[in-house]
Amino acid sequence: MAFWNTLERFGERTALITETGEHIAYNALLARADEIAGAAGSRCLAFLMCRNCADAAAGYVGFLRRGIVPVLLAENLDTSMLEGLLESYRPAYFYLPSEKASELSGAMVWRGESYTLLRLPYEQDYKLPEELALLLTTSGSTGSPKLVRQSGRNIEANTRSIAEYLGILSEDRAITTLPMQYTYGLSILQSHLSVGAAVILTDKTLMDKEFWALLKEQKATTFGGVPYIYEMLKKLRFDRMNLPSLRYLTQAGGKLPKELAEEFIQTCKRKNMKFIVMYGQTEATARMAYLPWEHAESHAASIGIAIPGGEFWLADPEGAPILEPETTGELVYRGPNVTLGYAENRFDLCKPDENHGELRTGDMAKRDAKGFYYIVGRKKRFLKLFGSRVNLDEVEGLLNRAGIPCACAGVDDRLDVYITDGSLLGQAERFIKEHTAINPNGFQLHVIEEIPRNDSGKVLYSALGARP
Amino acid sequence: MTNIEKYNEAFIESFGVTEEQLPGLAYQEIPEWDSVGHMQLIAALEDAFDIMFDTDDIIDFSSYEKGKEFMAKYEVEL
Repeated sequence: MAFWNTLERFGERTALITETGEHIAYNALLARADEIAGAAGSRCLAFLMCRNCADAAAGYVGFLRRGIVPVLLAENLDTSMLEGLLESYRPAYFYLPSEKASELSGAMVWRGESYTLLRLPYEQDYKLPEELALLLTTSGSTGSPKLVRQSGRNIEANTRSIAEYLGILSEDRAITTLPMQYTYGLSILQSHLSVGAAVILTDKTLMDKEFWALLKEQKATTFGGVPYIYEMLKKLRFDRMNLPSLRYLTQAGGKLPKELAEEFIQTCKRKNMKFIVMYGQTEATARMAYLPWEHAESHAASIGIAIPGGEFWLADPEGAPILEPETTGELVYRGPNVTLGYAENRFDLCKPDENHGELRTGDMAKRDAKGFYYIVGRKKRFLKLFGSRVNLDEVEGLLNRAGIPCACAGVDDRLDVYITDGSLLGQAERFIKEHTAINPNGFQLHVIEEIPRNDSGKVLYSALGARP
Repeated sequence: MTNIEKYNEAFIESFGVTEEQLPGLAYQEIPEWDSVGHMQLIAALEDAFDIMFDTDDIIDFSSYEKGKEFMAKYEVEL
């Protein structure tokens, strides 16, 4: 049985710890979860605007338990992006922070400490297939309606695998550093609940002293971080901090520069902690690979090996398996956590499983003679900004439609937007800040004379990327 | 450049604000001064003055004015 249906067995153990230090037991969590989902009634589609708080976590657990399919959304979504998503999917309910509920037309059916469940007036003209359990965004900051369809089996398989390879103990307490709608953040919540461990819920960041106070007071044993979180930890001189409750750290959401990985491996070793590098995608529920701690020092730039229950192979340009070591090909993953496929609108929700357990990751990788995998590049036109995926073609499309011709390129943590009309500079900057959820520190605008194109008119992104 | 100019410049460069916006500017009051922006500001100040902040000072550096108090600790007179 799926873990969310057997949480009763953890009874009075602590499931959630809030920012104010309140401990919520599994029994209390389930009572709240089932009350929220009960107010929605039967199987349907619901939007869930995420915060790292008890009401949001309880709503999510309740929805899973009642077969209500949530679409997890970021809190900072722009109104027009949100309206677009509502129109594309027409959910029956919207579960969101109470102060935001007043902006929407809907009937309140449940209200908790900080969240409200609204029944929306849409007519349900679409079907939800039996296996569908959860929908996550692919490039949330641009408001793209493209969602990943995850099944209950996907979530269950990946959660169990993660809990197994990380060796999560029921005494563990993970403190949140990532938003819940982000698959890595969600996987930390799920894998801890699945073994009866606790999650300390906060939206404070590493740059807030409240975060560190909470970590110390509530004796967090672990947290996860995308690359920029490790940049912050370095800046904060994590090596000098005294945090004896921490047992291990995880890293995912993009490739950590090798020197930084090596530094954290050494720091953690000195502190008698583990540092586990992982690799995954929303399309594989969350995780596909991890680097076992005993191999961390000798393989610092590697994503490691496939997680329990999964396997990797490398495809050459014709799609045939590459057998020789140290040869680059597209990384392909097989496993029960490979999701069902995408949806672009509500009518796509009833699509069958389009992946059949196999995912072409779009990442280029090689394997060494010992079987460890290394990411060397990316096939697809996207980058990660502070852990979140941003589709470059979508950003281009948004700006072009707003009357700002441009080409987008860049590297992780820096989106470069090239425009040719210098007079549109201010307009482009305002548009990105006001109409996308792209972090204002994550993009740079450049004015160039001409967007380089080949003879057939296709943008030569490699020529853009070469610019400083 | 005087020290106060260098101090101001770190904010202006990191957050794309004007000098007039600096008085009263505080962490998380503008979208640019989030945790990522904070890291960029700290790096800019460390580079500009060739100093290295203590952990506690980084996380207590909550406003333009509060930051000024910390600079004295690193022997930077503004």
